[in-house]
Amino acid sequence: MKKWLTLLRQRPSLQAWLLLLPSAFWLFVFFIAPLFIVLVYSFLERGTYGGVVWHFTLENYRRVFDPLYFKTFWRSFYIAAVTTFFTLLLGYPLAYYIATRPPKRRGTLVLALMIPFWTNFLVRTYAWLTLLRTHTGLINVTLMSLGWIHKPLPLFGNDTAIVIGLVYGWLPDMILPIYATLERLDRSLLEAAMDLYASGPNVFRRVIWPLSLPGVVAGSMLVFIPSLGAFVTPAILGGGKALMIGNIISNQFLAAHDWPFGSALSFVMMAVMLIATLIYFRATSGEERRQL
Amino acid sequence: MKRRIVLALSLLVVLALALTACGNKATPTPKPQPTQVPAQPTKAAPPTQAPKPTNTPAPTQAPQVKPAKEIVFYNWSEYIDPKVYELFEKETGIKVVEDNFSSNEELMAKLQGGATGYALIVPSDYTVKALIDQNMLAPLDKDKIPNLKNLAPKFQNLYYDPGNKYCVPYQWGTTGIGYRADKVDKPDSWAVFFNPDPNSPAYGRMTMLDDAREAFAAALIYLGYDANTTDEKQLEEAKQALIRAKAALSGYDSDTYEDLLASGENLMAHGWNGDFLQAQEENENIAYTIPKEGGVIWVDNVCIPATVTPEQKLAAEMFLDFILRPDIGAMISQFNYYATPNKAAEAKLPKDFLEDPTVYPPQEVIAKLQFIKPVGKAESLYERMWDEVKAAP
Repeated sequence: MKKWLTLLRQRPSLQAWLLLLPSAFWLFVFFIAPLFIVLVYSFLERGTYGGVVWHFTLENYRRVFDPLYFKTFWRSFYIAAVTTFFTLLLGYPLAYYIATRPPKRRGTLVLALMIPFWTNFLVRTYAWLTLLRTHTGLINVTLMSLGWIHKPLPLFGNDTAIVIGLVYGWLPDMILPIYATLERLDRSLLEAAMDLYASGPNVFRRVIWPLSLPGVVAGSMLVFIPSLGAFVTPAILGGGKALMIGNIISNQFLAAHDWPFGSALSFVMMAVMLIATLIYFRATSGEERRQL
Repeated sequence: MKRRIVLALSLLVVLALALTACGNKATPTPKPQPTQVPAQPTKAAPPTQAPKPTNTPAPTQAPQVKPAKEIVFYNWSEYIDPKVYELFEKETGIKVVEDNFSSNEELMAKLQGGATGYALIVPSDYTVKALIDQNMLAPLDKDKIPNLKNLAPKFQNLYYDPGNKYCVPYQWGTTGIGYRADKVDKPDSWAVFFNPDPNSPAYGRMTMLDDAREAFAAALIYLGYDANTTDEKQLEEAKQALIRAKAALSGYDSDTYEDLLASGENLMAHGWNGDFLQAQEENENIAYTIPKEGGVIWVDNVCIPATVTPEQKLAAEMFLDFILRPDIGAMISQFNYYATPNKAAEAKLPKDFLEDPTVYPPQEVIAKLQFIKPVGKAESLYERMWDEVKAAP
C-alpha cells in the first residue's frame, strides 16, 4: 500500500489518469459503446419481426436518400430554421432588456425566466394542447365567443402548432447566451459611439449587434439542433399528422421494427448536426468562443 | 468572474432539463441522438444482443418453487379493474404492479429490446403468433390453471394458439367507428373516412388509429379486399384511400380519441368498441357502429414472456387462474366494457350487457369481421406505405 502511494506521489501523470478513470469509464459504457452498437446495426439487415440479421448491407443508407425520407429531412430543417428565427426575434429584445437592468434585478429576471422550465417538458407541451385545440382550445373558444373570428384558426395538427411548441420550449436557450454577451458589453463603447454622433439604430447595428453575435450564434445552435431532432412536440402538437425526422426515427424502433434503418437515419442526422457544429466553430473565432 | 460561473451553471441546468425532456416517452429504445445521450445515459444503453430464444423450462420437477412476492403486469392502460389486484393480493399475498404500453408494436419492441422483469403481457392475436414464432413466450403449465375450463369452446382453439398452449384469451372486441350521435348521422360506410365529404360537419374533426395495421385494415375492408393482403397493387390503392382520408383528419390518435369525442373536439373516430362505451359515461351522445363493409375483430390475450424466473412464472399462473374465475372475469368486463371469452363469467354479467350489440355484435355482423394476421416479410411493405401516408401533405 505504501509503495503504491509513493509511486503515485512520484508520478503525477499517473494521478491524473487515475482521476480520469471513472469519467472515462462512464463515457465509454454509456456513450461510446452504445453509439458503436448503433453504428454496427445501421449496416445490418432487419429481421422479419424486428431485431437484426447479421448480414452486411448498405441498403439502409440508400433508403435515407429515398425522396420520401429526404423530404422529411428537409421539412425538419425548415421547421428548425423557422423555430430558430422566431426564438431569436423574441429572445433578443428580452435578453437586451434583462442585460440593461441594474445588476440586482438581472438575477431575479433570469430566475423568473427559468422557473417555468422546471416543469416537465411533456406537461408543458400538453398544456399547449389545451390552448391550441381547434374546437375546444382556449384560444379559439375565446376568440370565437368574442366574435373576433367566425371560423376557428388552424392552430393544431400542423406546422404552426409545432413551431409554437418548439419556440416556447427552446426560448431560454436562445436568451441566456445572448444575455451573457450583452451583459459583458463594455458600456464605454456605446458612449463612444454616441459621442461620435451615431444614431440609436446605428449604435445597435454597428456596435451592439456585432458584439453580441457570438451569443446569437451560440443561442441559434442551442435552438436549431434540438429542434431538428424534436419528436415529442410534433407527435403531440402535430396530431401525428405532421411529422419530423425524429418521429420517423422513433417509429422505426417502436412501430416498424426496423432497427437498422432507424440506426442509419440517426447516424445521418448526427452527421448533419456535426457539420452544423463545425460551421459554427469556423464562423466564430477562438477569441469569441472563449468569451462565452 | 463569479457571475460568469453562476451563469454557466444555470445554462447547464437549463440544457440538462431540456435534454432530459426529450426522452419523456419513457421507452428505452436505442436511439442515441447526440443531444440526448449525455443527459440520460442509463436509458440510452441499447440491448447488446437480440433476445435469446430460450424457453424457460416449466418448473414441474421443482416442487419447492415458491411464487414470487411481486410480479409486473405489462398491460394496456385502463384495461383492468385495480380492485382485482387488491383481491388477488389479499388472497395470495402476491403484489401485482402494472406498467402500460399503447400498441402491440411497442410491446414487441420493448421485449425485443431485452426488457425483462415482466411476468405477464397482453398481446393481441396476431402479435401472439409473432411472439410464439420467435420463441418469446413461455408455455403455460395448465395444471396450475384449472379455471382454463371456464373459457368458451371457441376461445380454446384460436388460430394463433390452438389449445391455449401459451396464452389465456383476456377480452375480445371490434374495431369500427365511434361518433357523436347528436352532431352527425350514423356512418354506415367507411366512405366517411376514405371518400370524405368536405361539407360534412365531421370534416376535419375525425381521427384514425395511429397504427399501421389497423389503418390499412380499415382501408382494405372499405375497398373490399382481404385485411391481410400482401398484394402490392391493393395496398397501393389502400394507401391512396388513406391519403384521401388524411385531409379530413384532425390527427392520428390511439390513446385519447374517445375523450376528444366526449369533449366535442372531434365528431368521429376510428377505434375500439369498449373505449367508446367507456366514454359514454362522460357523454351519452357517443355511439359506435361497424360499417356495412365490415371491420376488424380481435382477441387480446394474457401470456408469460420466456424471460420469467420459475418463481415469477408460478405467481403469474396463479394470477391467470384468478382472473379466469367467473366473478373476477365479470368484474373485468364491467370495468372495461369489452366482451369476455369466459363462458362462466357471462352468467355473472347483467342481461343488458350481454345483449348490447356494441359489445356482442349480432351473428350477421360478426360474419363480416376480419382478424388482423401476421404478414411476415410484407410487414416492411406496410410500414413503408404507412410512412408515405404520414409524410403526405
